[in-house]
Amino acid sequence: MTHLVLDKLNLAYGKSAAVTDLNLSVAQGQLISLLGPSGCGKTTTMRAVAGLLRPVSGRIVLAGEDITQRPVHQRDMGLVFQSYALFPHLSAYDNVAFGLRLRKVAAAELDQRVRSAIASVGLQGFESRLPANLSGGQQQRVAVARAIVLRPRLLLLDEPLSNLDALLRVEMRAELRRIQRELGITMLYVTHDQEEALSLSDRIVVMRDGRIEQDDSPEAVYHHPATPFVATFMGYQNLFDWHDGALCAGDARVPLAVQRPARHLAWRPEHVAVGAPGSGTLDGRVLARSYLGERIEFLVHTALGPVKGCADLSAGWREGADVGVRLDPAQAALI
Amino acid sequence: MLVLALVFLLGPFIVVFVAGFSGDDTLRFPPQQFSLRWLIQVFTVEAFQRSFVTSIVVALGSTLLALALGVPVAYALSRFRLPGAEAVRLLLTLPLIVPGIIVGLALLNHGVLALNLPVTLSLLIGHTTLLIPYAVRVVSSSLANLRVDIDDAAVTLGATRLQAFFKVVLPNIRGGVAAAFVLAFITSFNQVPVSLFLTGPGVSTLPIEMMAYMETSYDPSIAALSTLLVVFTIVLVAGTEKLLGISKYL
Repeated sequence: MTHLVLDKLNLAYGKSAAVTDLNLSVAQGQLISLLGPSGCGKTTTMRAVAGLLRPVSGRIVLAGEDITQRPVHQRDMGLVFQSYALFPHLSAYDNVAFGLRLRKVAAAELDQRVRSAIASVGLQGFESRLPANLSGGQQQRVAVARAIVLRPRLLLLDEPLSNLDALLRVEMRAELRRIQRELGITMLYVTHDQEEALSLSDRIVVMRDGRIEQDDSPEAVYHHPATPFVATFMGYQNLFDWHDGALCAGDARVPLAVQRPARHLAWRPEHVAVGAPGSGTLDGRVLARSYLGERIEFLVHTALGPVKGCADLSAGWREGADVGVRLDPAQAALI
Repeated sequence: MLVLALVFLLGPFIVVFVAGFSGDDTLRFPPQQFSLRWLIQVFTVEAFQRSFVTSIVVALGSTLLALALGVPVAYALSRFRLPGAEAVRLLLTLPLIVPGIIVGLALLNHGVLALNLPVTLSLLIGHTTLLIPYAVRVVSSSLANLRVDIDDAAVTLGATRLQAFFKVVLPNIRGGVAAAFVLAFITSFNQVPVSLFLTGPGVSTLPIEMMAYMETSYDPSIAALSTLLVVFTIVLVAGTEKLLGISKYL
């Protein structure tokens, strides 16, 4: 069932347009990510959904109701901020209780709900701490508890993990997914981190310059990027034009047969094999070599320009060595 | 250099402070004999009593007025992108730069004389004008330390903007507001140039009364009074510093 619809949404800061004609629909209980580089309009879109930014035009429909003009405090949405935005003068408990107190929830119910929200983010025992005395990860959990305790109709998360260290980020990712499943809550998740979006989302909406580039499942976004931008953003670092049966860059043409016609072909570095000269699709010279732990990545200067490829740890080529790179059409994303 | 600076800073205080404990009949330094005589005597001077009350009333009233106006202004300047915000900010520094004499004269000509305002009221208005910039600046600096996000967080949790201000913003800028209060209160209490124009027959502030007194008598009571005022100021500042840690906002 469709829960949230954004209909031809136009957003702007002052006179500069931030989001143009955005259409999006989110099903009940889905976790959908808005993914893109900074400045792509993802946070702006989220702020408009929350009601913190008034759209220039277009509609926001939640559960069949047009809420475009409804003030923020009446939208019943939870928002988890990148900075957590905890109230510094209130304890963890009082931060979580803030929304319930505004709603004049009876004392017994309030206490029960606050404690269960704190338990669901695993923060029992920290109720009386002030935010300043909590770690980043704990503050993050308070922020989530503060939002979910109100049983919001929609939970918005703005880069919630970007201030955490790598290990904690992965842990919190799983936590968020678990909470989302347990509560059956619809989530709109804003991030610039592909890995985060891939691991969390039911659907990924890739944005660029205020427009949607691709709106698809994580698998589709990863394996079948719809545009050159999405391909590059998802890690296809080798992107070439393809026409008339050849890869083209400037005047250079490298004949390559593909299964179906495409305008661009793109490869991830790990899918481009670097070998002895003559062993691959074209030859080139090593510009840079970097050790990645389980393999070695080479930046190779070729007729098509720089190509990034990989070889196993036994590869001994240094900067300046002549090598061959294999661009296998079966491994390519066709765009 | 540090010693020299300290001598310049503290020297006059020490001179006045010691002279306050004088037992002589005229003001001189160092005093020939010491006593608490003048420190007690000043409490009996009726002009000092009256002007002290006036000073307190004016300082308290104008400080509260300046905060009531200044806190919302500081909040608006820090939170909303307002057209002309820079102009407002600049305008607010004006009373700090323009000599008090001019402010006093303007208020005298166009306020007291034109509208025939009572003296206490015109003192209140004059001092409020003077104090608003202090209030805005000090409160602004404490608002700058507070993340803008927390107001947004409060409204997404169901608070109106007004509730967000009182429940979330104000409790977190308490120290700044207290600092603004103390600074404004002391500024008003010690004010001379503006008050000079606005005090009238029968109503005067303590500093003005002290100046008037000095023109006619030259006994150590002025030094004694100054000693008391220094102690009063120190207690006020130290007390609020201990309670609310105001010094980081001044």
